[in-house]
Amino acid sequence: MAEVRLRKVVKRYEEVEAVRGIDLDIADHEFVVLVGPSGCGKSTTLRMIAGLEDITGGDIVIGGDVVNDVPPKDRDIAMVFQNYALYPHMTVEQNMSFGLRLKRYPKAEIRKRVDEAARILDIKDLLYRKPKQLSGGQRQRVAMGRAIVRNPKVFLFDEPLSNLDAKLRVQMRTEIKKVHLQVRTTTVYVTHDQVEAMTLADRVVVMNNGNIEQVGTPHQLYHTPQTRFVAGFIGSPAMNFIPCQMEEAGAGLNIRVTDGLSFPIPPARADRYRRHAKNGKLLLGLRPEHITEAGQHIQPGEVPFEARLDVTEPMGMETLVYFPLNGTQVCGRVNPNAGAQDGAPLRLAADLNNMHLIDDATGRVI
Amino acid sequence: MVDAAISAPREIAVSRSRAGLRKAMQRKSTVAFFMALPLILLIALLVIYPALYSLHLATLNKSMERFVGLSNFTFLFNRQTFWLVVKQSCIFAITAVVFKALIGFIVAHFVHNIPAKGQRKWRGMLLVPWVIPPAMSTLAWLWLFDPSYSAFNWVLAIFGIDPVPWTGDAYWARFSVILVNIWIGAPFFMIMYLAALKSVPEQLYEAAEIDGANWWQRMWYVTLPMMRNIIAITALFSLIVTFANFDIVRILTAGGPIDMTHVFATWSFRVGIEGGDIPLGASVSLFMVPILAIAAIFILRDITRRGSEV
Amino acid sequence: MANVAIPAGAARAGRRPRYGSMSRDRQWALRWSYFFLVLFAIFFLLPPIYMLITSLKTSAEISAATNPWWVFRPTLENYRELLTSNQYLVFFRNSAIVSVFVVAITMLISVPAAFALARMKFWGSATLATGVFLTYLIPETLLFLPLFKMFAVFNDWTGIQLINRWWVLLIVYPTLTVPFATWIMIGYFASIPKELDEAALIDGATWMQTLTKIFIPVALPGLIAATIFAFTVSWAQFLYPLAFTTSTDQLVLPVGIITTLIKGDVFNWGQIMTGALLGAAPPLIIYAFLMDYYISGLTAGATKG
Repeated sequence: MAEVRLRKVVKRYEEVEAVRGIDLDIADHEFVVLVGPSGCGKSTTLRMIAGLEDITGGDIVIGGDVVNDVPPKDRDIAMVFQNYALYPHMTVEQNMSFGLRLKRYPKAEIRKRVDEAARILDIKDLLYRKPKQLSGGQRQRVAMGRAIVRNPKVFLFDEPLSNLDAKLRVQMRTEIKKVHLQVRTTTVYVTHDQVEAMTLADRVVVMNNGNIEQVGTPHQLYHTPQTRFVAGFIGSPAMNFIPCQMEEAGAGLNIRVTDGLSFPIPPARADRYRRHAKNGKLLLGLRPEHITEAGQHIQPGEVPFEARLDVTEPMGMETLVYFPLNGTQVCGRVNPNAGAQDGAPLRLAADLNNMHLIDDATGRVI
Repeated sequence: MVDAAISAPREIAVSRSRAGLRKAMQRKSTVAFFMALPLILLIALLVIYPALYSLHLATLNKSMERFVGLSNFTFLFNRQTFWLVVKQSCIFAITAVVFKALIGFIVAHFVHNIPAKGQRKWRGMLLVPWVIPPAMSTLAWLWLFDPSYSAFNWVLAIFGIDPVPWTGDAYWARFSVILVNIWIGAPFFMIMYLAALKSVPEQLYEAAEIDGANWWQRMWYVTLPMMRNIIAITALFSLIVTFANFDIVRILTAGGPIDMTHVFATWSFRVGIEGGDIPLGASVSLFMVPILAIAAIFILRDITRRGSEV
Repeated sequence: MANVAIPAGAARAGRRPRYGSMSRDRQWALRWSYFFLVLFAIFFLLPPIYMLITSLKTSAEISAATNPWWVFRPTLENYRELLTSNQYLVFFRNSAIVSVFVVAITMLISVPAAFALARMKFWGSATLATGVFLTYLIPETLLFLPLFKMFAVFNDWTGIQLINRWWVLLIVYPTLTVPFATWIMIGYFASIPKELDEAALIDGATWMQTLTKIFIPVALPGLIAATIFAFTVSWAQFLYPLAFTTSTDQLVLPVGIITTLIKGDVFNWGQIMTGALLGAAPPLIIYAFLMDYYISGLTAGATKG
């Protein structure tokens, strides 16, 4: 039983509150990712779970026991650091077995666990090398191996892929996922990269400024963000936020973006939005993937419009287009063959089925 | 499978209350304190206490039975030798440090200039004066300066120059003391400056070159500012060490001729141990403190000010 | 601008130019550098070489005042005499014992202290660290007199004789070696990434285990440098032994040579130089083999300011 519970956990440094009372339940075997910008409190939270930071307020429960005052070595956790933190004077095998040797495990047991972990991570050939002889990816795997042999209740990852180059990062991401599928230990993973969060997590915890903005599966966060922050944080390129007004249009509602441009709101949502019709500070949230080139046939919910492009960024498999709308720069993703050119007009279509309406004053998604 | 539970010989300490956390904190603090304790004791008992004790000693009379207040000091102020000692100590220290720094700086540049492979060899050779125990090397200089057999005078004689009374004449003796001081200390400066030179980022020089600076300007605007801290720290250390130096004067000239090369250290030894008047000796060496303190304050203030700039 | 010829002053940088062969200016700068380096090398190496030359001469040759820079009839007589002289060997032995013990004491005090100061922040650790640094502002030449008196008083109280016994040096030498050794170790320990402590903490190590199993092995170069430094300083000490030891059997090498070989007006320079050279030998030998550790210990604080 290795669930982790955070109850009203607070962390204060002098006058600064790094973590402002968060509640979180992590189920056994779950892979949870804490994601957010620098300074949001995710690393601090992780370190409190590890016992590397003291808890100013609240409780942390691991496997049913309150561990607030328990030192790290007795919490039955293992941690993988951003800089690997491998002991430079020890071989890979010694690095991995260090914790077990300190606890005086029998040699046969140590050997067994090290071999097993080495097999899972495919580092059997490296067991007798020293860290300086290994590449970044290999070192990261050794760091994971060190965590695995301890057979802990919880794995803690502190931005483990940030030091790797882009290509290696993608590779190691899948490695980590594979290991989790095999070993099934409860995992808390911290990163600032929302792509890692989306691809690895069972559930994602988006943090901002010491608070939890939203907890949910990647799907939930992508399709139903609850705050403007989450909406803008998840997804790359980020969601567009266009200032707008609501207006009546016969039986339905329209979103008016500029004098010349308004979008009809899909009827299914009209009721929900109606009561905010008078709100002067509304934002239309639309992901770039939902602004595409207008095709031959217009689907229900899609609204065609014309825009003069500022810049285009051909990415190969798609072209990103940037154009101004009501004072903001909007990004769209079009087919590479759509004829997008810098400075030229292009006929685009916005998929309003996937729109989000945001109250700019409260930052909440309506 | 790693999952298979083979129970380990461990127990989880289930937490108690918040007080347990404080205990854990204390544990780390107490362990740390005990680790540092020998150091603290050593410094307290054998450095700080004697320093304060010497203040007390300086106020006693020769047999150390009576309290005489500042009369030791007034006695010193009236002795001409004392003022000689003050003057000589300061001149030696400042002159020697200036030249040590200069020579160290220049040599460091030359070493820095040659290809990296050769640097190690040259560094090795040039550091030798600093490795040899000063007492031993001063003996060598004493022999080199010997009134009858000086090897230097022998060479001078070849050029028809009269023999120099290296340790016999007061002014030559001072020169000799400073020379030996420089010889022993310059390598230290060289090593420190060399390390500092290497730490100046190459790109700064490249940017300066592109901006049109010649070698002198690069030195003034790039090298020296970057090395300010090191220059200050080494100068401070060296000032203190040179100012308080005992070995060189003692062996080379024993303070003579006619007390013209005495420094605080040698004179306080003469007065305190050889003369048996410990309080008076203590008063002499105490006089170093204010001078050292002033130098220290100036230089440290300069460092911390720069430190916050960078 | 990839083909810029390096202007004259650029030679100072010491890097190999990337484009083709060296320009004439660079070569000239190099020649001047070597020229001056040779001059300085002569200046710095002159005295030790002269010591060697003199040590190979007989007394007769020395007093004959022939060319002092050349040995006409080299002899090992001086060496033989000293190395079989009981007195000299006693000096050597005393120096060796004292130095070795002092090194051990120094490391035992400064390594844990440096670890505590560098890693475990505790109340007053910052002041203590600066305090350690500042003890160097209190020179031995200030302390030797009060210490002398203190030892005499100690003798009156406890009857344990400290003055004129070589073990008194074991007490005072550490005051000279420990502060700098601690400073060196703090520098090395501080450069070990913090995550290593945390990994060890999570792996279950106590503070002592972290020190002995992780920090000491990783900071081994620093330890060697500090050891060398402590040894060299102990071996070269002159003032403290001169002040505190007087009987010939208690003397260490520097004091021994000065006080016994210089008898009256007749100086046996051949023997004196031999004695001095042999006395300088241990630090020089260590230096020859471990020069890099020596130098890195010195500069440990330099670039870290």
